[in-house]
Amino acid sequence: MLRYLLARLLGLPPVLLVIVTASFFIMRIAPGGPFDMDRALPEQVRLNIEAKYHLDEPLLRQYLRYLGDVVQGELGPSYRYPDRSVNELIALGFPVSLTLGLCALSFAVLMGGLAGVLAAIRHNRLADYLTMAVALGGVSIPNFVLGPLLILTFALWLGWLPVAGWGTWRHVVLPSLTLGAFYTAYVARLSRAGMLEVILQDFIRTARAKGVSEALVIARHALPSAVLPVVSYLGPAAAGALTGSVVVETIFSVPGIGRYFVTSALNRDYTMVLGTVVFYSGLLVAFNLVVDCLYAYLDPRVTY
Amino acid sequence: MPAARPLGAGGPAREAWRRLRRNRLAMLGAAVLLALAALAALTPWMAPYSYAKTDLAYGARPPSWQHPLGTDELGRDLLTRIMWGARVSLGVGVLATLVSLTIGVSYGAVAGYLGGRGDQLMMRVVDILYGLPFMFFVIILMVVLGRNIFNLFVALGAVQWLTMARIVRGQVLALKAREFVQGARAVGGRPLRILAIHLVPNAAGPIIVYATLTVPAVMLEEAFLSFLGLGVQPPMASWGSLASEGAVAMEPYPWLILFPGLALTLTLFSLNFLGDGLRDALDPQVAR
Repeated sequence: MLRYLLARLLGLPPVLLVIVTASFFIMRIAPGGPFDMDRALPEQVRLNIEAKYHLDEPLLRQYLRYLGDVVQGELGPSYRYPDRSVNELIALGFPVSLTLGLCALSFAVLMGGLAGVLAAIRHNRLADYLTMAVALGGVSIPNFVLGPLLILTFALWLGWLPVAGWGTWRHVVLPSLTLGAFYTAYVARLSRAGMLEVILQDFIRTARAKGVSEALVIARHALPSAVLPVVSYLGPAAAGALTGSVVVETIFSVPGIGRYFVTSALNRDYTMVLGTVVFYSGLLVAFNLVVDCLYAYLDPRVTY
Repeated sequence: MPAARPLGAGGPAREAWRRLRRNRLAMLGAAVLLALAALAALTPWMAPYSYAKTDLAYGARPPSWQHPLGTDELGRDLLTRIMWGARVSLGVGVLATLVSLTIGVSYGAVAGYLGGRGDQLMMRVVDILYGLPFMFFVIILMVVLGRNIFNLFVALGAVQWLTMARIVRGQVLALKAREFVQGARAVGGRPLRILAIHLVPNAAGPIIVYATLTVPAVMLEEAFLSFLGLGVQPPMASWGSLASEGAVAMEPYPWLILFPGLALTLTLFSLNFLGDGLRDALDPQVAR
């Protein structure tokens, strides 16, 4: 186990290097730079700005300079907000995005898992059909349609929750629901399928034969195996939730990283876009490692 | 599990079709999709109004007899715009799926056929790519390459092939050990020919199923990009850009978000029904 962990940790730097390199060069082949205004800048001003951000150096030097900065955890200055560094902007937006993402994913795992297990226990009965119909709906409604509809219903017509913004727990509810709906539905389908498969296996029959109560059989014997597909889905789900937060944060005017990302991509704020991608990729790669370890812990058949 | 039947008439394909036909939800989904595709194809002749012509005096009317789905704030007929949007949304869905199909099938088939070290390396790359925030790269690509429809489906197809590669690789790996493939190798068949004639066609079932499930995923992503203003550009419309315009104006004019959202949801619903049905029909072991 320790050896496996070590090997995986050693595998991280090359992956991150590829990510940084790819995003750096993709951003640089873009026509038009961050300082292309509607009106051309005076020659000297442009040269000064380029010198300040080292844009006058050869591309390779810029790349190596950036690489060195990233290794030290320094993502550079933002081109658009000259008094702010990318690190500061990420530090500002990340706690917000993290709260949103964690709320959405915990909701998805708890509610989706519960619904899926209940549907499996009531296999081919009304509760099963209803749950799966709702789950299919959840998979099919895009978050940018669901979000506005939720605002329309709960904020504008019923007036229970705020329309947009960030601050109190009341602001978290609708964005989390919007972001989590798809994953809740998907987790419900996964855990139902997992449970149905496990319930037929011999060790469950043995447990029942020993006279273990049905609730205990489900909770102690079946559940750990049944949630394995859900665990391996957590990695992609986290990636998706990060991406989805871009739209959700836009809809609900939530000041998270997702919204910064879109604005800076449209503004060609290279360092900000690069910084966000590098930061999120690192986060996801680390998260996937944790998920893999969790999987190994839950599934005794996995060996290294 | 019935024993495997010989290929040809009355073989697995017909068997699968029989199973699919019994699945009412899947057939309903297929019917809806066919109707939508026909509607999208005939839009230039059938659309009641122009998708681009604005009429400010007739802005933001609720549904009426002249405009069954109402008009937007610039006085454009919403039904017409949804019909034109269907062309973009369905078109991108199908084309990007084809791009992802091509990349995924070739990558997976080669990895599976190589086996051993090469396979491990290729699949490790897929594992790594799996964990990346891909839509971010698509957003960057769209900003960098310019926002036109061609770039859109290339960018989307280019990031959607990972699962397909995994599925095909698994199939090829399993099929490779079978006698008919060994036979083809023994008589000196070239690897590419064996892949194209013996291996990939025998993996058709899972490939078709997963392709059906890729279409809604890609359509969602197109809508997502258009929602952010990175997809199709006005006055052209896709369901995503219509939803985006509708979301801004939904407070006084809820029909502007309701109808595009409905069109998108209905289509995704149908595609998911059809995909689930196909999976059950083509892969009876999975069916429950």
